[in-house]
Amino acid sequence: MPYIPHTPEDLKAMLKVIGIPEAKALFDEIPDSLLLPKGALQLPAPLNEMEGARLMRERAALDKPLVCFIGAGAYDHHIPAPVWEIAGRGEFLTSYTPYQAEASQGTLQVLFEFQTMIAGLTGLDASNASLYDGASALGEAVLMAVRANEPAGVRRVLLPSTVHPTYRRVVRTVTRQQGIELVELPFCSDTGQIPLEALERWSQEHFSALVIPQPNFFGVLEEVDQLTDWTHKHRGLVIGVVNPVSLALLRPPGEWGSRGADIACGEGQPLGIPLSSGGPYFGFLACRQPLIRQMPGRIVGRTLERAELGGEHPKAGFTLTLQAREQHIRRAKATSNICSNQGLMTIAAALHMTLMGPKGLREAALACHANTLSLVQRLKRIPGVRQRFASPFFHEAALELPLPVETVLTALTERGVAGGFALGADYPGLDSCLLVCATERRTEGEMEAYAAHLDEILTARGGCAPC
Amino acid sequence: MLIFERSRPGRRAAAQRLHLEGRIDLPARFLRHGDPPLPEVSELEAVRHYTRLSQLNYSVDTQFYPLGSCTMKYNPRVCHQTAQLEGFLQRHPLAPAASGQGVLSCLYELQEMLKEVTGMKGVSLTPMAGAQGEFAGLAMIHAYHQARGDHNRVEILTPGSAHGTNPATAGMCGFSVREILTQPDGDVDLDALKALVGPKTAALMLTNPSTLGVFERKVEKMARIVHEAGGLLYYDGANLNAIAGRTRPGDMGFDAIHVNVHKTLATPHGGGGPGAGPVGVSERLIPYLPTPVVVYETGSYRLQGGDLRPDSIGPLSAFMGNVGVLLRAYLYLRMIGEEGLRRVSRFAVLNANYLAARLAGEGFQLAFPQRRATHEFIVTLQRESKEYGVSALDFAKRLLDYGFYAPTIYFPQMVPECLLIEPTETESKEELDRFVEAMAAIRREAAEHPEVLRTAPHRLPVRRLDETLAARKPELIWKPGGGSAG
Repeated sequence: MPYIPHTPEDLKAMLKVIGIPEAKALFDEIPDSLLLPKGALQLPAPLNEMEGARLMRERAALDKPLVCFIGAGAYDHHIPAPVWEIAGRGEFLTSYTPYQAEASQGTLQVLFEFQTMIAGLTGLDASNASLYDGASALGEAVLMAVRANEPAGVRRVLLPSTVHPTYRRVVRTVTRQQGIELVELPFCSDTGQIPLEALERWSQEHFSALVIPQPNFFGVLEEVDQLTDWTHKHRGLVIGVVNPVSLALLRPPGEWGSRGADIACGEGQPLGIPLSSGGPYFGFLACRQPLIRQMPGRIVGRTLERAELGGEHPKAGFTLTLQAREQHIRRAKATSNICSNQGLMTIAAALHMTLMGPKGLREAALACHANTLSLVQRLKRIPGVRQRFASPFFHEAALELPLPVETVLTALTERGVAGGFALGADYPGLDSCLLVCATERRTEGEMEAYAAHLDEILTARGGCAPC
Repeated sequence: MLIFERSRPGRRAAAQRLHLEGRIDLPARFLRHGDPPLPEVSELEAVRHYTRLSQLNYSVDTQFYPLGSCTMKYNPRVCHQTAQLEGFLQRHPLAPAASGQGVLSCLYELQEMLKEVTGMKGVSLTPMAGAQGEFAGLAMIHAYHQARGDHNRVEILTPGSAHGTNPATAGMCGFSVREILTQPDGDVDLDALKALVGPKTAALMLTNPSTLGVFERKVEKMARIVHEAGGLLYYDGANLNAIAGRTRPGDMGFDAIHVNVHKTLATPHGGGGPGAGPVGVSERLIPYLPTPVVVYETGSYRLQGGDLRPDSIGPLSAFMGNVGVLLRAYLYLRMIGEEGLRRVSRFAVLNANYLAARLAGEGFQLAFPQRRATHEFIVTLQRESKEYGVSALDFAKRLLDYGFYAPTIYFPQMVPECLLIEPTETESKEELDRFVEAMAAIRREAAEHPEVLRTAPHRLPVRRLDETLAARKPELIWKPGGGSAG
């Protein structure tokens, strides 16, 4: 084992101090019936670093790069070069949850800055220091809303079908055992939005919250003002599920309707996190001030040196705070069981937001929007392709295709293009629909090539690849 | 100084400028008024600010970090480096499986290796942390009982020494928690277990070795008692480093377990995450595993979702959990193999027992001196507290001055004024000896100048911080010109 420093002499000397004759005795409290003999486990033979690195390079080479037009919850953005150079420093990478605040001021200050940036982007009062990912963040937001607002003991949350389908499944996974009813609201087939009429039948019923995705899973912008005001009028809380890059361009949840959303959450990946087959990403969660003590997860606060130590001018410093909410203090009554979060990812995100700045992030959002508009225009020119929903969109759009979507996607893959996300499996009415996305990274040439490939595939009508 | 205080209107890291044609096709009601409030700094200012902040941290790369139950071992750089190869990083999670045979093959093999290491029959890699693994485990147990029409199993039994995540998870899964007594020798009291177990028992949650730093010697009997009563057994894998390659939770009779890869499998903790908490299960829980799982069929690897696993508790993440973390764990296991795994536990336990013996030799009181320590052990400072008026917290803060991160303190709660110390296998004898010298020196200071401890730390970027003030008047975000939110 390559990372153990002990010499045979060390071992001998240490056993002597412990007072046992041989290392075997270290395990003398494990019943014999449970002890494995050497060689009992069938594991591959060990590798040295050179062999291990070669193995990984061989595997990575199998993952052939495709020009990415898929979004659906993870987005191919440019990441400024310093982000991972700095976030990957050993002092950040190999520290633990900052329990000893005085020896963790680096991590703690970055987290405090991260919280400030997320609160600013979402237009809300406070943010926690991350959850696992966007889907689990929505799960926690739903639980939080139910804790905070349980009218007449009814635990019901309105969860529109325009929310990411996997997010909805994750919400179901984490709320199922707690007797929370999730009401799925249909979407309008013309606009791809949550129809206000679908809400009306709940106006006389009790519910804890309405979830509003902005943009929604189809890329479409929801009428957030009307939805927010309707929800507040009927004494529900509003949970916004938002894309953080879009917030440089779109109105933040805190300014939706006349009172603003109460909670906002979402996937942090677009803020400097590589796609990496799905993780690690991070979830963010922000809220209004009255809900702060209902928040799950770690929260960093600014404080001062203790008065009796700091003298007349105590220095400011940072510490984990409001820990009475958390599992290690509150145990069975904690707001959540979360312990490890995605700390390093939020450090990268803070760096990303800093390097992009207000102008850079806004430009990235605009470029994504403009590229997707341009892509949709190009693809719509191909006979048989049409835009599925007649609504404004941010950086994703649903297209209807004249051939089975899976066939088209397979043919595109063979041409080096990841063409989008097939909506049919999650939306039976949208079997012929493809969700496409063009981030700021997509070039004119790549979009032109996509259009040419699609044209070719659809014109061939057989959908098979050129031999 | 905060990054916001370095901000100057109009300044930017101009390398991130984009050439825009400025097309925007959105109604004004959707648009934000003005720019978002992010800092405006140059690239150098950003790099310098965050580099300097990093230098305020203690970390495994810079300090001995004997944080009990957290297994702060060395994180091999090659794992970190190769998990970030371009092929792995650029792949979209929803790209076709054909374009991801590299990453999927690694994940599949990791699943298989974890089955072998834990002795479980099925594994799902998706939980993104230990606590989410626990959630998956209890949710599966819940689903199992429900499927059998066994609706009255509403209780989780767990020793009082359990990690806080155990009862918190039980709460999230709608169970109530009953605490089992622990005997003075550190083992669970079997009579207490027998008295509590019954038709309401959904499961026993157990950490073994326990957080008391000892192996539950009667674990097989416990498994029998719980199974005979119709309950299942959940294994908290936080302390797997102590038994890796030596004995397996599956062989002990557990039905569900999680592995903290950021502990035992040497992936970095990143200031609190990301980790990963794969779950392993016995035969009867396989149908309930969280999705997706990686399968190998007709010569290729792919993810299998809920459509083919109708009894699954469902997904826990938007995609496939913390893939990048799992890749690091994969290479680590490939590099160490079985022999390496057995050496990990041997030297982790050796280091803990050596450190315990040396500290006892210096007059420190061990919580369980009659027991063999596992990979960690508890020192109780009850005596020092009484004689010198210094607390475990004071000791911890003073250790920081000596250049060591502090052990876990005040956990487990049943041992007063305790330090839970876990050296890990990657520390050398010399480093352990230096720690012993520091502890002895602090003890002398406690006797002669206790105020030095009470006012510690003295050599860190800040003096001891006021946590009460932080909680009473929460200031959770920066605001121009001061002021607070909360």
